[in-house]
Amino acid sequence: MNGTIPPVARSAPPRSKPPAPRPVVPLRPARAVAEVRALVEALPDPELPMIGLGDLGVVRSVAPAADGVLEVEITPTYLGCPALPAIVSAIRDVLAASGHPGGRVRQVLSPPWTADRITAAGREKLAAHGIAPPVPAPAKANGPVPVALAAVPCPHCGSRATRRHSPFGPARCQSVLRCTACHELFPHLSAL
Amino acid sequence: MTTSTDPAPPTEAVRADAHLAVHLLRLGDDALVLGQRLCQWITRAPTIEEDMALSNIALDLIGHARTLFTLSGHVDGTGRSEDEFAFTRSDREFTNTLLSELPGGDFAVTVSRQLAYTHYAVLYYEALAGCADVRLAAFGERAAREVAFHRMHADNWTLRLGLGTPESSRRMQRGLERIWPYTAELFDEDEVVDHLVEAGTVPSPAPLHSVWERRVSEVVTRAGLTVPTPRWQARGGRVGLHTEEFGPLIAEMQSVYRQFPGGRW
Repeated sequence: MNGTIPPVARSAPPRSKPPAPRPVVPLRPARAVAEVRALVEALPDPELPMIGLGDLGVVRSVAPAADGVLEVEITPTYLGCPALPAIVSAIRDVLAASGHPGGRVRQVLSPPWTADRITAAGREKLAAHGIAPPVPAPAKANGPVPVALAAVPCPHCGSRATRRHSPFGPARCQSVLRCTACHELFPHLSAL
Repeated sequence: MTTSTDPAPPTEAVRADAHLAVHLLRLGDDALVLGQRLCQWITRAPTIEEDMALSNIALDLIGHARTLFTLSGHVDGTGRSEDEFAFTRSDREFTNTLLSELPGGDFAVTVSRQLAYTHYAVLYYEALAGCADVRLAAFGERAAREVAFHRMHADNWTLRLGLGTPESSRRMQRGLERIWPYTAELFDEDEVVDHLVEAGTVPSPAPLHSVWERRVSEVVTRAGLTVPTPRWQARGGRVGLHTEEFGPLIAEMQSVYRQFPGGRW
């Protein structure tokens, strides 16, 4: 915009036949489904960054849908999990970077997530970071929710003499227990 | 509430059902408005643990509302998002029960409302878990588990206040008296519910009323308190007739959206 007059566009010379449509070349070659799954499962959970989405049991499946589009199915730990938007957006980034820019992320609620979906490796990682892994989930929602506190060992000293401090903790999926042996408070992933 | 997951692929047939959409919206409105009310306790609760408890319960309730709103938008065929339901409706378009919008009052009033709502919600969500519609059943199963945890919290506080000091017991009794006239609306049925129940789409809330009364009475009696027997029952929320305090609550909830309509970040 420095005062120069733009050159007058000249009409293109007549062609004998219209050009053939250029094939759409993706920016990156699409990665195999198993590779994408590994990348998605390795994504850290925003609230529990020491554990991947795979070990947390959030990733349900990574597979092409009926229309051929790669689809990632996830099950949120809690319906109101505030980390869900961050998780969805991180998975979309992985899909785009893996050559699946049109990939879908779908929320699957059934069967619901329970703490039983956390893998053995995931439990070890949680314990190593001072978060007591969950005790098995209650069989059904009816009746009082059994909280087998005696079964939760202290992640610091290993003592089983722990008691409830607060049923609600720093994140929605955690409660707070207190160890009567070493007097430390520690978070516990609730088995809900 | 942005960055939600993708909808089901087009192969999955979606049949518009106006009655079901209204019913889901009502359940979602109950959860959202009660969640918003509980958020008002943040930094004002008696202890920091209680601050976390009430805000975590609110978070769960808002999560339930998000799921129900999204489902309602699918079912009515408009594809409206959870944000559109939460932020673009006026107070007359909200269909929550009056129970969920009552001002928090003192802590005993909040505990009383939690007692009434959680016992109802566990019953109704467990019944929803038996629905033929897998989306409703999946939501009901997960939500019932979460609300059962809230119910434990409400039961514990009812006992603690009821069996605490003469002052805590007096206040808890007063809280129950304040809340009880608003509980019957939860179990009300109108032509929308009748239509769905007849078609076998959703369970009927009315038969759960007697179970609810038995369970809640058990806790109240154990806490050394008396179950109120109000001679009047408040109604109107389901058709959009709300209490005076509802307008400011919604105005605050929608304030950011009203300043930046359609904003995303």
